Amino acid sequence: MINAVGRNIPDYLLKDGKEVYQGKQYMDGKYIQKAAPRTVRYEKPVETKVVASIVDALKKCGAKSGMTFSFHHHLRNGDYVANMVMEAAIRELGLDNLTIAASSLGDANDPIADYIEEGKVVGIQTSGIRGRMGDVVSQGKLKTPAIIRSHGGRPRAIEAGEVHIDIAFIAAPTSDCQGNCRGIGGKSNCGSMGYAMTDAKYADKVVVVTDCLVDFPNYPASVEAIDVDAVVVVESIGNPKKIASAAARISKNPRDLMMAENVAKVIASTPYFKEGFSFQTGVGGPSLAANLFLEKFMDERQIKMGWAIGGICGPMVELLKKGKVGKVIDVQDFDLDAVNSINQTPNHFEMSASQYANPANKGAFVNSLDFVVLAALEIDTGFNVNVLTGSDGVLRGAPGGHPDTAAGSKCCIIVTPLIRGRMATVCKNVVTVTTPGDCVDVLVTDYGIAVNPLRPDLIKCLDDAGIPHVTIESLQEKAYSLVGTPDDLQWEDKVVAVLEARDGTILDVVRQIKPFKL
Amino acid sequence: MIPRPRPQRFRLRRTMMFMNAQKPGLIKDAYIYGCDSIMLDLEDAVAENQKDSARFSLYHALKTIDYGDTEVIVRINGLDTPHWQEDIRVCVAGGADGIRIAKCESAQDVKTVEAAVLEAEKEFGVEIGRTLLMAALESPKGILNAYEICSASDRMFGVAISGGDFRRCMQTKFQPDGVDMLAARGHMLVAARAAGIQCFDTVFTDLDNDEGFMAELMQNKAMGFDGKSLINPKQIRPVHELFAPTEKEVIWAKKVVAAYREQSAAGVGVFTVDGKMIDIAFIPGAERTLKLAKACGMDDGGLV
Repeated sequence: MINAVGRNIPDYLLKDGKEVYQGKQYMDGKYIQKAAPRTVRYEKPVETKVVASIVDALKKCGAKSGMTFSFHHHLRNGDYVANMVMEAAIRELGLDNLTIAASSLGDANDPIADYIEEGKVVGIQTSGIRGRMGDVVSQGKLKTPAIIRSHGGRPRAIEAGEVHIDIAFIAAPTSDCQGNCRGIGGKSNCGSMGYAMTDAKYADKVVVVTDCLVDFPNYPASVEAIDVDAVVVVESIGNPKKIASAAARISKNPRDLMMAENVAKVIASTPYFKEGFSFQTGVGGPSLAANLFLEKFMDERQIKMGWAIGGICGPMVELLKKGKVGKVIDVQDFDLDAVNSINQTPNHFEMSASQYANPANKGAFVNSLDFVVLAALEIDTGFNVNVLTGSDGVLRGAPGGHPDTAAGSKCCIIVTPLIRGRMATVCKNVVTVTTPGDCVDVLVTDYGIAVNPLRPDLIKCLDDAGIPHVTIESLQEKAYSLVGTPDDLQWEDKVVAVLEARDGTILDVVRQIKPFKL
Repeated sequence: MIPRPRPQRFRLRRTMMFMNAQKPGLIKDAYIYGCDSIMLDLEDAVAENQKDSARFSLYHALKTIDYGDTEVIVRINGLDTPHWQEDIRVCVAGGADGIRIAKCESAQDVKTVEAAVLEAEKEFGVEIGRTLLMAALESPKGILNAYEICSASDRMFGVAISGGDFRRCMQTKFQPDGVDMLAARGHMLVAARAAGIQCFDTVFTDLDNDEGFMAELMQNKAMGFDGKSLINPKQIRPVHELFAPTEKEVIWAKKVVAAYREQSAAGVGVFTVDGKMIDIAFIPGAERTLKLAKACGMDDGGLV
């Protein structure tokens, strides 16, 4: 069946009430029954939940073949925990037929590709999939199609019971003996633990893995002891150098800066740019640099930002400390400046992924967002964005909060260079639709700005401010005139990944890629 | 192949951005930053054993990249090198708008280049006289001969001072108040104006010193320069902003031009606007203000 972004979704995927994507806010007002979690009563005082090893924790939680284990990605590319747990389960306990439900997976999780090839891991549910795991899944080696969800779509699916987590493994920079966890105070700090919160609340069993056991109570806790079954203390949960970079620096690349300045100009031309406005930006070169130029416009107009959300890094913390933003609400931290600020700097708070971006609750933060500035691997003439698959059709990215913030915000700005090497970023058809075009409002490239025709109000704002803009088709034609028209990718029929829209409908599928032949 | 329109000898040249002609990543789309002219360099930016490869890169850039309204000038190697003749052939064959003569010291230098350009235009079937010239004055001798250089050819549109070499010759170095080159800048400006061509200031190399850059720009504007050579896109906007006329100046210029057209049609040569005497001598200045205003997006350019 062809969905609202023109993608052909195989009928066999449309079972158990699964629908194809029907457009922005299609599910608005519908009721859902939450899958209330099953827990266990520890009425008798427990001295400590600490067990000797991951194997012991697995045994204590009744781990067996066929289960679903969950992980969070706050340790980013420094994460050791997912690999340790899977190794213990498969190599030491001999389990198989396992499913991984992670908030995201990165290059750090390359060893798991082996378990996929061996058929021990049969299901992957994640936002990001990259590196060797992306390769083997794209080659059709995972037994069931991977399910790719946004950061808001994941807690939605967990709460709705579409993903049932048997055991959640929570990598924690610090924990006490009862399982109260925090993202700070240890040796592998990550700051916010927002993506782990729903897992802890909904999983049957919860295991905390830490490398820094602290005195009880470890408070205020990101994950609370009332949800935790076992605590494992390991040598190291991750490589601190890869968990949080020293400091996200604002780009000096003139191309990035030019685009960033244009982003700020677009923002300042809209009626939403007023005292108390809200904002989110990514950490890519031009997205992050937008902070710098936005500050200039805020000073000029003598206005302040009311609040900012998202993955947070140093430049936003800087604005908070200067009193130019009222509150920063933080689901994830990207650098040490942010890690060291959360819950320390006044008005810098932590939130869960559900509160951040879940479309199936009574109003997540993204719904109140004025502006979001995002990057793209590709954007097509229908303003559909791809941040998941490369131009070779291989899985190598993550929708993350992209579709959630794009859908929720009043003004979603995509900023990207027109071409990257020989690849046209602005193209006729993106390989995979990860954010539907009806959620994207403005495209800023180094060759010009285009506004989605669905937003005549924004077109007028740019015209009134004297900001030149062109059609997205002319940008695509310019790109093709520079680098040529790309050949179509060659796919097998087999679906290797299903891309869920944030509301749970099917937005697109990724098929097995045919080996490239010259 | 991208056909470029015939270059205009006199046009707006507030900003000329230098870049290494050998770097495809730089030159492929340098026009996106909005400078008036780009200066593709075959001289100092290119290593001695890379001159040939830089010429290939330059030729293909000129032939395949649509630079639109952005002027494309090439800085060729000095006349004391074995490279300049081949540089000129490539510039002309590729259809560059103009050539910047490095280390120019005399009218004869200009004439030597002009002769080679003419020969190349004939060789490659390029319209005779199409390729413009400008000279870079880099030595005390060049400065002293500024007037004969400026008036040596009808192809000459401008002259620029090159600070690095000049300061070295003068046994001085950069001074924040510009006193190191004050006499040279002044002399070159007088010569350029006497010859009726444009005049450009040298590059400012300390990219992190925004205040110093602004101070130098303000002095450039006060002295009457047409524009400035740049080394980084981030320098473009400050120049365009500073060289932009004020709103008051634009309103005044519009009044002057409109009144002049009206009065001269009625046979009147001298008249007053807002109580000030105006005659034909004011018109080029007023028209220049309006051209600048148009380029800065301040005016629709109806009277230009």
